[in-house]
Amino acid sequence: MIKIKDLHKSWKDFSLKNINLEVKNKEYLVILGPTGAGKTLLLEMIVGFHSPDSGEIWINGENVTDSPPEKRKVGFVYQDYMLFPHMTVKENVEFGLKMHGIPPAERKKATNDVLELTGLIPLRDRFPNTLSGGEQQKTALARALIIKPEVLLLDEPLSALDVNTQKKLQSELKRVHEELEITTVHVTHNQVEAFILADRLAVMKDGAIVQTGSPEQVFHKPRDDYVARFVGFENLFDGEVIENQKNVAKIDIGGVVIEAVTEKVGKCVVGVRPDDIIVSERLFKSSVRNTLKGTIMDFVDMDAFVSLIVSVDNSSFAALITKRSFLEMRLKKGSEVYLSFKASAVHVI
Amino acid sequence: MRGWWEETKVDKFSVLFLFLGLFLIAFVCITLGNMFYKQIMDIPTFISVIKDPVVINAIWISISATTFSTLVAFFFGVPLAYFLARNDFWGKSIIEGILDIPMMIPHVVAGIALYAVFNRSGVIGAPLKTLGIIFQDDFPGVIVAMLFMSFPYVVNTAKEGFKTIDPRLENVARSLGASQWKAFLKITFPLAFPSIFNGMLQCWARGISEFSAILILAYFPRSAPILIYEWFTTFGLAVSRPISVLLILICLAIFALSRLPKWKRQ
Repeated sequence: MIKIKDLHKSWKDFSLKNINLEVKNKEYLVILGPTGAGKTLLLEMIVGFHSPDSGEIWINGENVTDSPPEKRKVGFVYQDYMLFPHMTVKENVEFGLKMHGIPPAERKKATNDVLELTGLIPLRDRFPNTLSGGEQQKTALARALIIKPEVLLLDEPLSALDVNTQKKLQSELKRVHEELEITTVHVTHNQVEAFILADRLAVMKDGAIVQTGSPEQVFHKPRDDYVARFVGFENLFDGEVIENQKNVAKIDIGGVVIEAVTEKVGKCVVGVRPDDIIVSERLFKSSVRNTLKGTIMDFVDMDAFVSLIVSVDNSSFAALITKRSFLEMRLKKGSEVYLSFKASAVHVI
Repeated sequence: MRGWWEETKVDKFSVLFLFLGLFLIAFVCITLGNMFYKQIMDIPTFISVIKDPVVINAIWISISATTFSTLVAFFFGVPLAYFLARNDFWGKSIIEGILDIPMMIPHVVAGIALYAVFNRSGVIGAPLKTLGIIFQDDFPGVIVAMLFMSFPYVVNTAKEGFKTIDPRLENVARSLGASQWKAFLKITFPLAFPSIFNGMLQCWARGISEFSAILILAYFPRSAPILIYEWFTTFGLAVSRPISVLLILICLAIFALSRLPKWKRQ
């Protein structure tokens, strides 16, 4: 369990203000916030790379505020992995055990176990610069896990990866968390990632935590405008798969039926990114599986883009178009438009 | 068949610059080539000189003194380089400026300054004399003169090396249970070692070539450059050349050897 009390820290021209946060045992907490919100700094204080100006950090009932990182039993994974470039995968993973003075025989066994858990056995003798991003990330994860940390901290662990690898590693993280039941804090600016992985969410803005709660709470009942804008960027709906043929599913999201690529059946949550939605005045023929007719209820001008709020039956969708298309199509409140998006652009959770 | 000149597109601009550069390359090759050529024409003298105990002793003094001063520069310079690479503070550029002074001032001037401090009654020379360490015209003086002129090469090169090592690597090592000392020893030091070693090589080479400062502080025991100078002024070119050639050969051999082990995993 992690308990953060009244934490303050000024660093360069940035400050963390009055952070109070509790992470329960075995919980997967995701801290969600835009770049520059102070998420990484907060993580680096939990592990002890920086010390706070005031406030306390407790891990499993022990005040670690003034402990050096090596005494905290906290595993840390950086966004850009920070693998030791002069060591092989195996040596990287083994490093923590060596530092803890574990005898060679025991070390060898534990290393093998973790390499196996993360599927790294075939890569054990490779150097980091010969690995793909996903492989490097797995190595970094294995290296952090081997010391059996009481807490695992992940700093944007997926954001440097391509979309396919992201998805794979997402489920990998989930599996590892379920298997090892380790208290985890994961920092990200990606709403989908947060929604999929989090037991609980904390939203950060300008060095402060503005809302905590279950993903459903935060996404559906954002506490204020800021949170709404930030997480509401996603179109999220509760839905139910009514038909699934060869992984193309028809999903009812409250009157509206959309198609998605998924293996899921039964109840689910459906997400569509606003920038994956094509807005048109007329129906056009294409390979796109989802075309919905709706009415513009509102729009928000965002410099080069315009965010539209479009109601389709009882649901409302956010869609992002360029300012130019917005002007060319002469859109206004009450305009009727068609929303199109690929079945593969629908995230089913 | 296409020749290399067709495959590598060489524009007039590059050709001009290359030719300008050739001037310097020729400068080195002609100067050293001439010396080697003359010596090859006179092998018997060369053999008799390299057998001369005076010569062997002078070269031994040069090599051992520069090796010792390089190790001293390593011992004090690497921690300093690490500190400067990792910390920003007021007055840092002043410290860096101070460390560069030995490379900027005329060596004779440095010799005079060293002499004033390290002679038998100097600020440092006098107290250390009571401990039996004498610099003026003694072996420690050779080391001190070399160290003063050449340690900045270790500090500067090591500092640049440390700067390229992401401090977050140490952070990770710390989170995995390494103390600050262990993280430095296991992660940062080995990663920066090629740079450090490069700095030590430069320091070593700079040390063995030191003449003016040694001339003033510690003419005796004669190190190789002093002996060469003495023989040149007393006996002339033909006598001073063989020991010069020998010194160059030894330096080249040592550099070749040090470059041999390829830096694994680099």
